[in-house]
Amino acid sequence: QGKFTLLRDTRTDGSFLVHHFLSFYLRAGCKVCFVALLQSFSHYNIVAQKLGVSLTAAKERGQLVFLEGLKSCTDLLFGEEEQPGQPSPLQFLSGSTSDLRALFDFVRVSLTPADGDSWKGPVLLVDDLSVLLSLGAAPVAVLDFIHYCRVSVCCQLKGNVVVLVHSNEDSEDEENELVVNSLCHHSDLILWAEGLATGFCKDVHGQIKIIKRLSLRQAAEQDLVQIYQYKIQDRNVTFFAPGLSAAVL
Amino acid sequence: LVFTEEDKYGLYSNLLFKYFLAEGIVCGHDLFVASAKEHPDNILKELPAPLLDDAYGKESGDGAAAVKSEDLQDSMKIAWRYQNLPKMEASPTTYTKFGHYYDVSKKMSPELCQSVKCHSFYLHEELSFEPKMKTCNMNSGYARLLQSIQRIISQEGFDGSDPQKKQRNVLRIGIQSLGSILWGDDVCCSDTPEHTHSLTKFLYVLRGLLRKSLSACIITVPAHLIQNKAIMERVTNLSDMVVGLESFIGSERETNPLYKDYHGLVHVHQIPRLNSLICDVSDTKDLAFRLKRKLFTIERLHLPPDLSDTVSRASKQDLAGSAKLLSSGCGAMAIGKKHLDF
Repeated sequence: QGKFTLLRDTRTDGSFLVHHFLSFYLRAGCKVCFVALLQSFSHYNIVAQKLGVSLTAAKERGQLVFLEGLKSCTDLLFGEEEQPGQPSPLQFLSGSTSDLRALFDFVRVSLTPADGDSWKGPVLLVDDLSVLLSLGAAPVAVLDFIHYCRVSVCCQLKGNVVVLVHSNEDSEDEENELVVNSLCHHSDLILWAEGLATGFCKDVHGQIKIIKRLSLRQAAEQDLVQIYQYKIQDRNVTFFAPGLSAAVL
Repeated sequence: LVFTEEDKYGLYSNLLFKYFLAEGIVCGHDLFVASAKEHPDNILKELPAPLLDDAYGKESGDGAAAVKSEDLQDSMKIAWRYQNLPKMEASPTTYTKFGHYYDVSKKMSPELCQSVKCHSFYLHEELSFEPKMKTCNMNSGYARLLQSIQRIISQEGFDGSDPQKKQRNVLRIGIQSLGSILWGDDVCCSDTPEHTHSLTKFLYVLRGLLRKSLSACIITVPAHLIQNKAIMERVTNLSDMVVGLESFIGSERETNPLYKDYHGLVHVHQIPRLNSLICDVSDTKDLAFRLKRKLFTIERLHLPPDLSDTVSRASKQDLAGSAKLLSSGCGAMAIGKKHLDF
């Protein structure tokens, strides 16, 4: 409870982790607010069905609040004038404000428990944060947004936050690296999916580093790092110790 | 959203662009061509002609191409679909046809071009109109282009969410040389452009439009001119598929004997992973292209057999890697296709 998990990928696509967390929390009965900036609803829905969860059903019973970034953006730009009572969550795009306050308000309103809600623990899931930088948000604004979300979701509502970011080792995108490094310092758990250092391989799609940041909560503790390799299949992902993939054994 | 990094002189990426459009015409899709460099009508006049007569056999029925086997050995399918095919068998009926053949030396007939609806956007003609949508700090050229695309999508019925009874078609969008100075964007000129986010915002909105409509889009960008690498990284994240063409013209690789038979390399930086967890991977990542008189082919880069100079190298095995990159399917239709991961 109250944990901030950072999903990070380098030289590979870490979105399988997002799909996993989405179906995991929905199955656990939590109320999920999913800020999906990069892909459409049907993409997540189809993958979630393979993992055994129906997003449309979850949306209908109020368990899932789905913000489809692509759709909001086109509605904002091409739609009619917005109603005064319902500002678009992606309002920073129109340039009137430079912070992500509208987005945060959207998150807060969706996760605040209403009367009659029986869900366990709220969860905020973001895919992916690096897109906000591409759309013109300043790194400070993005960090502020995450900070507000953490205070509101993790501390006040005792929920969890899971965020995906992209990073590259010798990336020239300094704003992105700034955001990623800052988030790493504040995370309780980091799942870092990387492509293999030795290059492309058919049986092992990458390696995942799991860093439990025990040093965050207790001063004397050291972070616990575990490394596994993985292979993605149609309906699940298999993890195994490095060098012990099924192809080798 | 297929993002193509242009080669230095733009020769080959233009060819790829034209193939995309030509395929659209032959498949009966509607076209939307946007350019700031040359008038779209000129582009449309120069599309390669499809090889309809000698490549297809009428008796084969619904799709398998009955091609003479020696033709099969030489000619390969073109561009933008990535799929490994095994070596060609002698009986070509087992060969699944996917796409069409084109003859580069001939132009497509005007009747064929006019059989589909072609919408065009030539920046310099559109400059007089004011954009009606909020520009959101985006370059005005891009804003106009987006508005034009959105108008076509909603008026011509490509919108996926619109309930409609008549039969839907697919819209193929081609945008040439995005990001170049001709569009009014200075991202190619300086390290810290004035509107750093114009290009990325444009791509995001375009992606949104593509996702909710039945359309596919190819963009060519002079990536070698973009100084700011951070923008290239962001752009890669925003695109479904990223392909780079590197031609050997003018570089030291032209004289390298390894690349003797080829005109350039194809770098596939990213492949779409839509509607699936899976990443279906191909065996090889090294691709090269060559432009023969009639055909443009993409093959696996392979070393010619290491023989001494006196022996001829006529027995090269051309692997039938008909490189077909995935192009359509960005819209609401979830076509089953292979997904590749990087």
